[in-house]
Amino acid sequence: MTERRTLQTEQISGHPGPVPGMGMQRNLEVCKLIDATTCIGCKACEVACVEWNDLPFQPTTFDNTYQTMPETNWNYWNLIKFREHQREDGTLMWLMRKDQCMHCADPGCLAACPADGAIVKYANGIVDFHQENCIGCEFCVSGCPFNIPKFNPATKKVYKCTLCSDRVGQGLEPACIKACPTGCLHFGTKEDMKMLAETRAKQLRDVSGFKDAGVYDPESIGGTHVIYVLHDAKNPELYSGLPKDPSIPFAYKAWKSIFKPLGLIGATLGFVGVVFHYVFEGPKREQPEVPPPKPEPPAGRKEL
Amino acid sequence: MTNGWIDMKNTDMMLIMGGNPAENHPCGFKWPIEAKRARNAKMIVVDPRFTRTAVVADQFLQIRAGTDIAFLGGLISYALQNNRINKEYVVNYTNAAFVVKEGFKLPEDGLYSGFDPATQVYNKSTWNYEEGGNLTGKAAAGATMMAAAMHAGAHPAMVVAAAATAAAKPGAPPPPPMLPPNVAYDLSLEHPRSVYQLLKKHYSRYTPEMVERITGIPKEQFLKAADLFTSIRKDGDTKKVGTIIYAVGWTQHTFGTQIIRTAAMLQLLLGNVGRAGGGVNALRGHANIQGATDMAGVFDILPGYLKVPVPNDKDFDTYINRITPKAAKPKEWDSFNYWSNTPRFAVSLLKAMYGDAASKENGWAFHYLPKVDRRYSVTDIWDDMYRGKVKGIFAFGMNGVAIGPNSKKNIEALKKADWLVVCELFPDETSSFWESPGITAEDQKKINTTVYRLPGAGFAEKDGTFVNSARWLQWKNAALPPPGEAKLDQEILARIFLKIRELYQKEGGKFPDAILKAAWSYTNPNNPSLVEVAKEINGKALADVTDEKTQTTIKAGQQLPGFGFLRDDGSTSGGNWLYCGSWPEAGPLMQRRGTEDPSGLGIYPNWGWSWPMNRRVMYNRASCDVSGKPWDPSRKQVWWNEAAGKWVGNDVPDFKPDSKPQDHMGPFIMNPEGVGRLFVPLGFVADGPFPEHYEPFESPIANPLHPYQSTNPVVKKFKTAMDKYGTPAEGYNVVCTTYRLTEHYHYWTKNNPMNVQLVPEPFVEIPEELAREKGINGGDKVRVTSARAEYIAKAMVTKRIRPMKIDGKTTYQIGIPIHWGYRGIVEEEGKTAKDLANELSPTVIDPNAHTPEFKGFLVKLEKA
Amino acid sequence: MEVSRRTFFKAGLLGGVGLTVFGFDAAPLLAQTQGLKISRTTETRSTCPYCSVSCGVIIHTIGDKAKNVTPQVVHVEGDPDHPINRGTLCPKGSSLQQDIMNERRLTKPQVRRPGSTKWEDISWDQAISDIARLVKKTRDDTFIATDSEGRTVNRLESIAFTGGCTDTNEFNFLVVKTMRSLGLTYIENQARV
Repeated sequence: MTERRTLQTEQISGHPGPVPGMGMQRNLEVCKLIDATTCIGCKACEVACVEWNDLPFQPTTFDNTYQTMPETNWNYWNLIKFREHQREDGTLMWLMRKDQCMHCADPGCLAACPADGAIVKYANGIVDFHQENCIGCEFCVSGCPFNIPKFNPATKKVYKCTLCSDRVGQGLEPACIKACPTGCLHFGTKEDMKMLAETRAKQLRDVSGFKDAGVYDPESIGGTHVIYVLHDAKNPELYSGLPKDPSIPFAYKAWKSIFKPLGLIGATLGFVGVVFHYVFEGPKREQPEVPPPKPEPPAGRKEL
Repeated sequence: MTNGWIDMKNTDMMLIMGGNPAENHPCGFKWPIEAKRARNAKMIVVDPRFTRTAVVADQFLQIRAGTDIAFLGGLISYALQNNRINKEYVVNYTNAAFVVKEGFKLPEDGLYSGFDPATQVYNKSTWNYEEGGNLTGKAAAGATMMAAAMHAGAHPAMVVAAAATAAAKPGAPPPPPMLPPNVAYDLSLEHPRSVYQLLKKHYSRYTPEMVERITGIPKEQFLKAADLFTSIRKDGDTKKVGTIIYAVGWTQHTFGTQIIRTAAMLQLLLGNVGRAGGGVNALRGHANIQGATDMAGVFDILPGYLKVPVPNDKDFDTYINRITPKAAKPKEWDSFNYWSNTPRFAVSLLKAMYGDAASKENGWAFHYLPKVDRRYSVTDIWDDMYRGKVKGIFAFGMNGVAIGPNSKKNIEALKKADWLVVCELFPDETSSFWESPGITAEDQKKINTTVYRLPGAGFAEKDGTFVNSARWLQWKNAALPPPGEAKLDQEILARIFLKIRELYQKEGGKFPDAILKAAWSYTNPNNPSLVEVAKEINGKALADVTDEKTQTTIKAGQQLPGFGFLRDDGSTSGGNWLYCGSWPEAGPLMQRRGTEDPSGLGIYPNWGWSWPMNRRVMYNRASCDVSGKPWDPSRKQVWWNEAAGKWVGNDVPDFKPDSKPQDHMGPFIMNPEGVGRLFVPLGFVADGPFPEHYEPFESPIANPLHPYQSTNPVVKKFKTAMDKYGTPAEGYNVVCTTYRLTEHYHYWTKNNPMNVQLVPEPFVEIPEELAREKGINGGDKVRVTSARAEYIAKAMVTKRIRPMKIDGKTTYQIGIPIHWGYRGIVEEEGKTAKDLANELSPTVIDPNAHTPEFKGFLVKLEKA
Repeated sequence: MEVSRRTFFKAGLLGGVGLTVFGFDAAPLLAQTQGLKISRTTETRSTCPYCSVSCGVIIHTIGDKAKNVTPQVVHVEGDPDHPINRGTLCPKGSSLQQDIMNERRLTKPQVRRPGSTKWEDISWDQAISDIARLVKKTRDDTFIATDSEGRTVNRLESIAFTGGCTDTNEFNFLVVKTMRSLGLTYIENQARV
């Protein structure tokens, strides 16, 4: 691998001070566009994801639906959610929505994460988990407004869609994007995807009779790097519970804006003390590892 | 397909019916979506279930399985009554103006003229054109004749038929009726016996009310769809174009061929055939069944759709005279009649098969070929095996037990066979028939069938050619060797054949000639290189061959550049004339990877190779008006270039290149008439010149059109004790249809953990209302029973299938995906009932294509 | 070492605190993305064996075709050059890797003898000799040279051949050549249904 960074880091979880190298490279913001109005629920994206990432299989059971499993999982990062919806005029719609990490501009998971370097956000918008730094506290699980990060009890780490950062970093599109047979998935710059999405939404309004068609790119979390075109953008909940105004739990915002700097000062003072101790007293021979605390996720997440 | 996958992006209107491309051909389905996105094209989906294709439709209509002809007939009637047709196209490119013989009778009572109830076949002598000339403006006289015929009712036809039957003596059958070379016609289309008037009369019975009674589609919904589909011809518009897309939802019926014909007729009336974005497009279900049909993997043809010899073909000349059609057309028109080249194709094929042993003197080894005079379809194989006549069977990649129909009969049949040789990738139901559920170890000791299970090679381990639905030949490369001791299929076949040949050489035996003389000069006879076989199929010159017109000479030993060079004097050989040109001397065109598409129409002329002669849209002469100008200049396929004096275009013209528009040569060059057939004369179809709605063999109602002739009069059913058929009176009153899911592929992916994860278990899709009636909740086990067997799986209770009113009666439909059996990951983990969906399906087949009725049979449903 | 570290910390104490405050080295965070698993695989262009769209696929095998390597498929992805699928694949095409590398594949010829309750392994040579012998016996017992009306028919109605949907054109031509030459009338294929 060359010295050149494949993806430029912009935010790092649990990391004080400036992000190393920030602003040293230009980077376009990427975006995944999901046109729910041309999704045929074929699940090619599910398979492409599992195949590319070599995720282990798990048994599933029939549950009166075409949906593969109820929710995404630590080894299943991309799930089409199916819902039969009867419209007022009596016609039926079978709504399908690809559920996966939304790669938020303001990622709740990252805000919540106390482990330095476990969650990073790249300048191109991808939010990526680095399991080697993950302490398994599951704060990210509760910080996410979309119920995406999933805990693997065996490894005690949390996993989710990487937006194929390995592929994107090497100049390829994400695996799901490439596989999508109908082209309901599209990948490009955020700007281009927004334009494409708006054009399609307009077509749906003007030609196909979906007067409430629109784009889902929730402002409440600063927008996302995965956006949807919906037949009915006024009711995103119809699409298996896509939240209308997703938000990050207050506690995590607070943690970031108030407690974190305070904690940092405390930690810095502590560290200075340690350093002084080290310099003037010498190293301590053994330093037992303290297991990280695993607190309960804050209440209230489910309501979001 | 007449057109191709990418071409669908050029359309304005789609009717998707009898197919579910979003689920079964997802990557091809991007092009209909593209038409919606880029052209605002409209999509109408008609299906027994709200499928994943219906999800993106502009209008979805739920139809009762097996009533497609009623729906399409209704569309034809709507188009004719509302003048939503392309009149110029209809008059000049179809047989609408042709006058039909006196004595021909429409099936008001369910029967066409000529039906013999004793043999249950039609005498088709009245299904013919009238001899004569231009009757335009002479309709009055014709009307009198017609009136006379009508006055006599059905009788004249029956008399004609009876006379013909009586005249037939054993051993001396009468010469088959021929098409008249000089067809009578009326360009005003007013002659009462013109095809157009007969057609109009025939489908006038398919009123919106009748469509509703039969199909269960409410009249308003039908009219909305009819208006939408035919809107491309509103106010005389000839620019817009519509396509019809179908799959086995149309073929798997006892009238499947006729459903497809109805669609073709509708497309001819609208002038949609031959045009970019138009056509009648069959989505074939498997990687190379288009190729398997081209290459005569089926009993009734030889490679390139040549007809098989029959016992009355006493020699090659008799055979070739019988199968080579003569032009039949209005005198003033021209007909290319491309099949007049049949002798060249047939001789070249026999030279490829038998090499030097095929000579002019021995009639090109004609008698090496078996003579066929009855049906030998796959359903007949199992029937004849069950009756003890078929003793041995090779199954190279076809899982006959799982495919059915009536799978339990196939298992019983195999118990009676002497031997079975299976070549497969995974343990399958057919090779494991002797250990299928319900057979104990004691029973197994009584099964005397020897079974060989040979490990074959998967697609990634083999090179060779597949032909897709769009007739593209594409070569694939081998990525790795087969695992373990598994071998390439061609090696297995070659070694078996050469071993048999060796036995005949050493020991003699019955008629060893063909076995000993079959041409087998491959470099490695035990494992023929598919490159050598592909070249053999393309064909080569055995002596120097010169094209008179261009003075091009192909030297002896060189590959032929196209079927124009095939000869009937033994100077060329070629295994399949349709593929001639795919591997010329310059190299394999089916390996090309050119990604350029200069016209933007998705033609990709330099990618792979498409039969015939790299034409991407068939009958593309019809994309132009009579004067040779494209109907729509923005979607030009081909056109007449007056200066050059020839047809040119973005696509390869599917036409005689120098035939001037003034010559009025018909665009449908494979028909001896040169025009498209709204009326099919003589014996080309078994069940009638115009498609008529018949009920599925097992139906919840009597046919509202003619209750006393409810089903297809020439349907083929079977008669052993295991061939049982159910009726509503016996309680079988739920319509059942079978299908594939997008997550699985037939009986393969049940071996594949990823696909098993996607859909882990068999299920039955059931309307909410029926579930409520029966006290069934989603996930409950249900028992589906047909007259043949019972099937147990979990219920998927859904809004996507609704109760229907059929002829006034509430009727339910259910659906069963076919993918499970008794071998597979979940099967062997004991998670399923190990039933095969096709244990339920009936042994009853289409009289033309011999395809079983997997769709729309009757069952009972209860909570298990 | 210890001296130098102490010296370093003493010298850089004030300036260094801010950067290394939690003791993590930030460098790994920059070279974050993992290596591409297909960056050095051998690519083979092929055609998907499932439906009739005939999508172009690229089969990625480990190894550079060196003699000492038995290739294994690590990934299958759509061929972006293919005009129809343009790189896309459906859920079946996307899982082709498992169709190829599958522990359930048959890898040995086997026979189930009359009355037997089990499969037995058999050598290829033996299997092929046995099958040829069975074919010859059935054929010689039942071949029909002329029918009841004395017409030459040269047909064999007692053996059937059923072909699959991924048999290539070339294989199918060999089927026609061999099976018609044996006299078979029962030549059928998945294409029928």
